[in-house]
Amino acid sequence: MSEAPRRSSGPGRLLIAVYAVFALSATARAAVQIATRFDEAPLAYLLSAFAALVYVVATVALARPGATSRRVALAAVTVELIGVLTVGTVTAFDPGDFPDDTVWSLYGRGYGFVPLVLPVLGLLWLRRTRSAEPDVSEPPRR
Amino acid sequence: MVAVVDWAVIVASLAYAAWALVAVVRNQAPREPYVIGAGVVELLILLQVVVAIVLMIGDGAPDETATFIGYLLMNLIIVPLGLFWALAEKSRWGTSVLVVAALVVPVLVVRMQQIWDAGAA
Repeated sequence: MSEAPRRSSGPGRLLIAVYAVFALSATARAAVQIATRFDEAPLAYLLSAFAALVYVVATVALARPGATSRRVALAAVTVELIGVLTVGTVTAFDPGDFPDDTVWSLYGRGYGFVPLVLPVLGLLWLRRTRSAEPDVSEPPRR
Repeated sequence: MVAVVDWAVIVASLAYAAWALVAVVRNQAPREPYVIGAGVVELLILLQVVVAIVLMIGDGAPDETATFIGYLLMNLIIVPLGLFWALAEKSRWGTSVLVVAALVVPVLVVRMQQIWDAGAA
């Protein structure tokens, strides 16, 4: 069996570091928004909190070994990609629903489009490291 | 905020990021000099935090106090966290984490300056 790299080593080290930066900043930002001015844009701020949660889960799951963490990471990164595409598209056509910026607004333009690139790299990396753990597509042994 | 301190932090972190980037290009794992360099950057950040706290006590905090303090705290932990995550990886990818951590610092400083200049309460 050819050795796939571990998820948290090699390029994964860098990827998880960038995820951690987003997890930290999104969490802090959402906390401030909700604590200080939730009434101004509840939908946008709830979305901020949701995005923060997705980044936190993705960071932790990518960093931890094991097939379960891999599945969690895959789910989180997929949700992240859908989130940035959906919110990006909605805000591009009708910014009215989101009066205040979220990390995913306009495909993450406020963050140098890193939020758009990150889930793609995350999915690619999960693919590269697939054989490092038991294949999740196989039914579990009983 | 005090411009001299801000610029010291910005220049130091950018220089550190560039230095670490050279090591990434040369395929070097993070080594001791980079730990010392990170310590120097962190000391400057600490100084900036102290200065900001003194100014806030003296002249009042900026309007977006919570956000400002959030940036201050994030700036304080980002380099040590990056170092911790970098040192366990004995390859160029470990060093690349130092580049990312160091590049977050000037972004946070510029955001803090914007909030500060927007007005004190």
